[in-house]
Amino acid sequence: MHVVVCVKQIPDPAVPGALNADHTLKREGKPILDESDSYGVEMALQLVDAAGGGEVTLISMAANGETAGLRTALAMGAAKAVLVSDPACAGSDALGTAKALAKAVERAGGVDLVLAATESSDGYTGTVPAQIAELLGWPALTFAKKVDIADGKVTIQRQTEAGYDTVQASLPALVSVTAGVVEPRYPSFKGIMAAKNKPVDICTAADLGLDGQVGWAGARQTITNVENAPARQAGEKFEDDGTGFEKVVGFLENLKVI
Amino acid sequence: MTLNNVWVYAEANGDKVTTATLEVITKAREIGTTVSAVYAGTSGDSVAAQVGEYGATTLYVINPGEGLPGQVAAAGIAQLVNEHSPDAVLFVQSYDGRDAMARTSVKLDRPVLTNGFTLTAADGLTFGTAIFGGMVMVDAKYADGGVALIGIRPKSFTAEPSGGGAASVVTVDGFDAGRAGEAKVLERFEEEQTGPKLEEAAVVVSGGRGIGASESYKPLVEELAKALKGAFGASRAIVDAGWVPYALQVGQTGKTVKPKVYIALGISGATQHLVGMKNSDNIIAVNKDGEAPIFGIADLGIVGDVNKVVPALIEAIKNKA
Ligand SMILES: Cc1cc2nc3c(=O)[nH]c(=O)nc-3n(C[C@H](O)[C@H](O)[C@H](O)COP(=O)(O)OP(=O)(O)OC[C@H]3O[C@@H](n4cnc5c(N)ncnc54)[C@H](O)[C@@H]3O)c2cc1C
Repeated sequence: MHVVVCVKQIPDPAVPGALNADHTLKREGKPILDESDSYGVEMALQLVDAAGGGEVTLISMAANGETAGLRTALAMGAAKAVLVSDPACAGSDALGTAKALAKAVERAGGVDLVLAATESSDGYTGTVPAQIAELLGWPALTFAKKVDIADGKVTIQRQTEAGYDTVQASLPALVSVTAGVVEPRYPSFKGIMAAKNKPVDICTAADLGLDGQVGWAGARQTITNVENAPARQAGEKFEDDGTGFEKVVGFLENLKVI
Repeated sequence: MTLNNVWVYAEANGDKVTTATLEVITKAREIGTTVSAVYAGTSGDSVAAQVGEYGATTLYVINPGEGLPGQVAAAGIAQLVNEHSPDAVLFVQSYDGRDAMARTSVKLDRPVLTNGFTLTAADGLTFGTAIFGGMVMVDAKYADGGVALIGIRPKSFTAEPSGGGAASVVTVDGFDAGRAGEAKVLERFEEEQTGPKLEEAAVVVSGGRGIGASESYKPLVEELAKALKGAFGASRAIVDAGWVPYALQVGQTGKTVKPKVYIALGISGATQHLVGMKNSDNIIAVNKDGEAPIFGIADLGIVGDVNKVVPALIEAIKNKA
């Protein structure tokens, strides 16, 4: 079985974000593997194991050949990666990103299943997985909190407002997984060493026939204003001396909640 | 200036239209002269009455069969857009809404603007979203003409009925969803839900890692919520830890809530959590760390141990009742 996982390399979310003058995201420092994607990588490794063999290929897009985050996922056990890397990719919106990733899936070749996170941690538009499926002409089983494969079919538990739906489709298909779906493994030392030599197939937007469709050109939107959100004022704060609960009772009484 | 035709992708649970859909229809009425809705499901007549009451005059109904409604709907929506050229199609940033907007965007080869929480038409359609966990607000417009596809976060607007009659129902057919329709719903499982819904409750009590253990969620968070006839939620930390289901998560990647009172128990106040609750009318926080960022936005902060403050609080509230 050949499973592709979409992974994003993002600026460390612990560092406060900032924008460049052209409103693109400042990407300074070494990018890391988006934690949301570590679940897809782990799930792919487990599914290939359960199927009794196969391969996990990563696909990713970056403006400048970054591979630091990819190496983390390779160290977890993925076999290889396709990286769409091109300065022209800078400023790509969700649709542009999906176009590049769908082409990368085709380039990876002979794919049974594509896994993605439900949304990236930094952009969180949350549309890329279903857009990739639409571009490939595949079913998309979205918001999975459990994934099983048997007899050429994928079955998931799809998160809903009230519980979950059991959803099934034939392969090839795309599945987006929620955080926490599996416990991502830590790369072993051996894995980290091996990852250094695993193949990363780097291609450009032009190689994929996507000139003008990715990056700012493809995004077709104008940013008209950027400002800081109004700050909310802090109110009163009390050290609890055993009577802190009374302050809460008084506050709720004032609001006529009790 | 207003737009001529604004469409809304309407969602329903069973035959009840979601509040988030009605919020978006209310906004559509303000920015557009004519509002139409598109719905994928089998409760067309009931949905037509409800969306009509909020101002939609036409309801396009798509039969999704056993498929995921949003994914099948996209093919119908794309066909309708090509036929009628509305100015905008608005979606709710929900599970099915995201499926629908994503596939529609590809079918029409139009970018979709997501996570919107403001929408104005005075000077051309302008959409506002927040980045960096709600710290920075960004306004954007389409650089070209053509239909605008926009996803709106729940709770961005207030739903207000217009008193309109039922929307006239138009059945949509002749479209082909292709393999998108192959993802079939085999079974639905509903977790037992007691008390009001998280997004609709007047009081929301959320627990974070500071409650200490999975076993503490019920006696601290659920019991306090119950005493206040409210709903209970959670930070992502305890969802990821498997203490509570994802459906309870409040924040950037979870639900947006806007209750009269939000009570945060043992939650540090990371920006990604705040973005889901900071527009609550009143915020109360209990945290043992006096420097926790949650106190920066709390109207009432108690620096203390949840294991001491909360049981005493529940007891006091019960004694009042
Ligand atoms: C892309 C992205 C998206 C995210 N989306 C979300 C989201 O949607 N929602 C969300 O909530 N988070 C989200 N997060 C995670 C977020 O950054 C925080 O990690 C998370 O909110 C922390 O949860 P917490 O406050 O429960 O835990 P912690 O940050 O660990 O805080 C626990 C708090 O409990 C206090 N405490 C400990 N013991 C006690 C006690 N006995 N009594 C009282 N207080 C005590 C501590 O002082 C501390 O302040 C996201 C993160 C990223 C990167």
